Amino acid sequence: MQEKRQEKQQRLQQGGALTGWGLWRLNVHRSLKRLKEDGMDVLSSLQLWRADIHLIEGMFGTGILSYFSFLRFLVLLNFIMFLLMFVFVMLPMIITSHSAHNVTYSSSSNGNHTHTHTHTHLSVTHTHSHTHHSVRHTHTPLRYTHTSLSAAGFKRKLIQDEDRFQSFCNKVFAGWDFCITNENAARLKQSSLLYELKMDLEEERIKRKMANRTRGEKCRIYALRAALNLFVMAVLVACFYCIYMATVFSQRKQAEDQKSNFLLELVVEYLPSIVITLANFITPLIFNLIINFEDYSPAFEIRFTLMRCVFMRLASIGVLLFSLWDQITSCRNSGCPCGYNHQLYPCWETHIGQEMYKLVIFDFLIIAAVIIFVEFPRKIIVNYCDCGLVKWWGQQEFAIPQNVLEIVYGQTICWIGTFYCPLLPAINTVKYILVFYLKKVSLVTNCRPATRPFRASSSNFFFLVVLLIGLALASVPVIVSIAEIRSSRACGPFMSYNTSWEVVPRVVSQLPPSLCSFLQALASEAFAVSFFVITCLGMFYVIALAGAHKRVIEHLRDQLAMVSLHMMMMIASVLSDHFLISVQQKL
Amino acid sequence: MGGTSSKLPKDLLSEYQELTFLTKQEILLAHKIFSELQGGENGPYSSRVSMQKILTLPELKANPFRKRLCHVFSTSDMKDGSLNFEDFLDLLSAFSDSATLEIKSHYAFRIFDFDDDGTLDARDLEKLVNCLTGETDNTRLTAEEMRQLISNILEESDIDKDGTVNLSEFQHVISRSPDFVSSFKIVL
Repeated sequence: MQEKRQEKQQRLQQGGALTGWGLWRLNVHRSLKRLKEDGMDVLSSLQLWRADIHLIEGMFGTGILSYFSFLRFLVLLNFIMFLLMFVFVMLPMIITSHSAHNVTYSSSSNGNHTHTHTHTHLSVTHTHSHTHHSVRHTHTPLRYTHTSLSAAGFKRKLIQDEDRFQSFCNKVFAGWDFCITNENAARLKQSSLLYELKMDLEEERIKRKMANRTRGEKCRIYALRAALNLFVMAVLVACFYCIYMATVFSQRKQAEDQKSNFLLELVVEYLPSIVITLANFITPLIFNLIINFEDYSPAFEIRFTLMRCVFMRLASIGVLLFSLWDQITSCRNSGCPCGYNHQLYPCWETHIGQEMYKLVIFDFLIIAAVIIFVEFPRKIIVNYCDCGLVKWWGQQEFAIPQNVLEIVYGQTICWIGTFYCPLLPAINTVKYILVFYLKKVSLVTNCRPATRPFRASSSNFFFLVVLLIGLALASVPVIVSIAEIRSSRACGPFMSYNTSWEVVPRVVSQLPPSLCSFLQALASEAFAVSFFVITCLGMFYVIALAGAHKRVIEHLRDQLAMVSLHMMMMIASVLSDHFLISVQQKL
Repeated sequence: MGGTSSKLPKDLLSEYQELTFLTKQEILLAHKIFSELQGGENGPYSSRVSMQKILTLPELKANPFRKRLCHVFSTSDMKDGSLNFEDFLDLLSAFSDSATLEIKSHYAFRIFDFDDDGTLDARDLEKLVNCLTGETDNTRLTAEEMRQLISNILEESDIDKDGTVNLSEFQHVISRSPDFVSSFKIVL
């Protein structure tokens, strides 16, 4: 501090005494800076769950912290979506429902047979008003903000991941988390660092061994990998087929409308969700088992298994939607006169909304049930029981990738269902708030940190990538249904249109002519093609620039090594000259 | 410890705000904690608190680098690691959110330089790795692994190939490291 004071004095003396104007400017600058700091303080104290997250950070480090920050981000995202939906869809509807308007829809006998159906069919979640076309605009801004966020993370990851060589230095110099305050957590961090360093060193040794493999061994391993990948695909196809059959069975049973046991009815209704959850529970176990035989390096094993799990989770939703679409557009005779099965599904959009709603609820019930009925008993058993099997099972680990996949899966379902069920973001917000508290309690009481450490820096990128994949997956069925499938004639705001997309051209044609022609120019092929070409050119330029910079860095590094070598040689030669001269002088 | 806590005068507070990266709230909180460490004595600006007392702070108790932290930030003539209030503020400032990467990497270099000779040689790196993994025998790397690790680190960071890592090489490596800024942080 003393040195800083002295330096400040020196600088002031050199600068000379400030005149009135300069002094005033400096004071204004300083007070603005302080105001900004105070503002940031207030804003950060308003941040949701700040104390909880700080506690988690101190106990478990920054890896698990990133999961909870991501969960908080999703809660806020859902809340904003709910607000947009409310303002653009439900508020106009509530206002105009007071004035007379003739929205008639015939509720057929098939529509209302269980408690969920009656509730969702007639409630405000599904009745739309004529101003519904404005909802189109709420989706696109959200998607743009999300894609731009993930693009920023992608750019940073690409730049910083350039050198895989940096990994050892990064782990050693930046390895210790100075935020950790708990002694237990510190010991665990030390053991996880030890584990990580050992793993990396072993991976390096394995890589060297792999490079020395003989050709015969390579053929054997490739054949084994191909066979195991085929097995994995067979397992996936079997799961997808089960989901398809379960959906078909469930839809058919619901259409039959036979009154039977309440529990049986519930099971039949939720059958697709049950099958999806079971499949998502079993397949990671299979993948973990198979990867041991495929003989990859440890880091690649983890990544590959994770990729397979992501694919499984998101593809199962795709299969469910496909089977629903198949049911909706198939009629008894070949070809449907209305484009969809209007006898079984007079309001097919409502139906899809209901299926998504059921998935969301069931997902939440499963998360809560696993925490209450598996994790808490496990902790009790491990603490009080001392037999060998229990010790091998061990205490619960907070596996970050699986938990992230769970909440991204929930978010994807929400995105798909939002178009058909505008209150779904609100339900999702409440769900994620409850999940936050449940997971936090479970983490603090039951879990120990993962022995496989999860990098905080790359984790944000990973979360956003998976979320982006979920978003892409969610938009495909929604876009197909907006553009291709005939909107239902019995209910909804698109009754008079052929497809839901037709609303947009009609609205655009009602705008003032200059705006109309401007929008049409934007949508024309000439603009799209030239925009695409310019974007490609920009991308290639940036890639070439990055490559050129990398070559310059290599060159400079070599030069630096050369210069220091020259310096040492020069010093050696000067010293030897010196020595020779002194010897000559003595002689 | 009864007694009234001495308040920080306004001009000193604004001077500290200028000379460090800390906000007003953080300086006041640091003052409160430091006074508690001193046991409520008066005049905390120049009197020193011994290293043992500093190491009882919860933020430092679990940190394997706590002794090095005290040594690096101490301005005491006796080189005993005792800190006065201004040293304490310097420590918090270097570890705050708004400190720049250069400041953090400069202090990180000094903390990791266990023998204080201005470079990180193989012995410093070995002590550093042992701090990271734990001090007991069964939490250390084997000698072979340690050798492999140190040679990897030097290969990545030693640009002029002299067998040690100097400050600029260290700062170069840190600038490419994505985790450094988020982990080199202490919040009271």
